[in-house]
Amino acid sequence: MSVPRFWREQQNRYNLIGTHCTTCNTYYYPPRILCPKCRREGKVVEHQFKGTGTVVTYSIIRSASDQFNDLTPYVIAIIELDEGTRLTSQVICEIDEMYIGMPVKRVFRRLGEDGESGPIFYGTKFVPA
Amino acid sequence: MVGIITYGAYIPKYRIKTEEIARVWGGDGPAIARGLGVYEKSLPDMDEDTITIAVEAARAALARRSIDPQDIGAIYVGSESHPYAVKPSAVTVGEAIMATPIMTAADYEFACKAGTAAIQTTMGLTKSNMIKYGLAIGADIAQGEPGDALEYTAAAGGVAFVIGNDSPIADINLTASYSSDTPDFWRREGLPFPRHGGRFTGEPGYFKHILAGSHLMFEKAGTKASDYDYAIFHQPNAKFAQNVAKTLGFTPEQIKPGLCVPYLGNTYSGASIIGLAATLDIAKPGDRIFVTSYGSGAGSDSFDITVTDMIESEEFCRDAAPTVEQLLATKKIVDYAVYAKHKGKIVVMR
Ligand SMILES: [Zn+2]
Repeated sequence: MSVPRFWREQQNRYNLIGTHCTTCNTYYYPPRILCPKCRREGKVVEHQFKGTGTVVTYSIIRSASDQFNDLTPYVIAIIELDEGTRLTSQVICEIDEMYIGMPVKRVFRRLGEDGESGPIFYGTKFVPA
Repeated sequence: MVGIITYGAYIPKYRIKTEEIARVWGGDGPAIARGLGVYEKSLPDMDEDTITIAVEAARAALARRSIDPQDIGAIYVGSESHPYAVKPSAVTVGEAIMATPIMTAADYEFACKAGTAAIQTTMGLTKSNMIKYGLAIGADIAQGEPGDALEYTAAAGGVAFVIGNDSPIADINLTASYSSDTPDFWRREGLPFPRHGGRFTGEPGYFKHILAGSHLMFEKAGTKASDYDYAIFHQPNAKFAQNVAKTLGFTPEQIKPGLCVPYLGNTYSGASIIGLAATLDIAKPGDRIFVTSYGSGAGSDSFDITVTDMIESEEFCRDAAPTVEQLLATKKIVDYAVYAKHKGKIVVMR
């Protein structure tokens, strides 16, 4: 990922900043500036998600690209945040303890790095709550 | 009065036993564990480093008391394992707790006492009303070369203190420091592991500076050991801390709540102040706490602290973040193979 792109999305990744359409009460992460349901009628405001949610489904990654190989086996899950929107994230958990419906909460972790001399990317992952 | 507004700690969940490290290197595990008074040490997950630990500790502090992060005017992160040689950990922490951009920030390094140096700096800035709150953090993923004596104790963890004047949960009555150029421990730029200067480690380093710093504090405050309810000393192992406490006239009961090293290891910049956090976890209004840190190279910072009524008020919720005891109890023991995998990943080139 390019440094400028990561930097622009940093607040979203660090603090789960998304948006909320107050017209139809729908939450968006990643943020949407225009509500697709309400179009021009929608009033969209910034929203910080609480960072708690539930695992909807998951898969176990046993072989990954070089950068993530040290982490294997690890879990990638679709998480429904309590406010009602879904996102994909790693869940840091022993793989045999993983289950659908697991309550999870946000943590701050390294997401990756651009080689040994490049920048380190930080952001949000999830752990069992 | 200037003091601690709130605090929070973080310890990664992985542990390795002293005996398991000794097994690999052919040492007498039980004897080494007894000699050091260290039975387990923490190690970070593959995707944890000093910055992630500092962020988790800072978020724990903010969970306990509702303060506006925008009122935090300064962030200092003390560590000897900052992920970058050049690029401050403190701004990532600031961004992750939404304290940026109207704030000052910097990283500190002073072996195991960079965290207490950060507390002193934020005391000065808040006491002089230059800022409302300052955030002082000590965090490390400490490194010991495989097979070196330090490998038995070098651990991971961190703690964050919000310092300010606005009804603190604990007043910091006084602070005193003692520093000198002593070659007991160092790590050269670009090298992954520290070295220690054999005969300088004990007497001329740790004991001389902690005793001098502590005596300075007794003089300044007009106190003696028995005037305090609790005391915390830098804890590279349990034996050093127990001996220095005894020499100063403190009892084993006074240092018990803050002696975390037996099942945590030495968290370097976090070591003495995780002990302070563990003591604040159980402290009552009126309790008086004595703290002296030590950083190789070398120096000691001493603090005289009185817990206030605020610690039991509705404005402060101790239960909103895990106590040090709870963090220590949340653990997964790993063997040397898993430890080595984590370690390979966590070597920090500066
Ligand atoms: Zn809408």
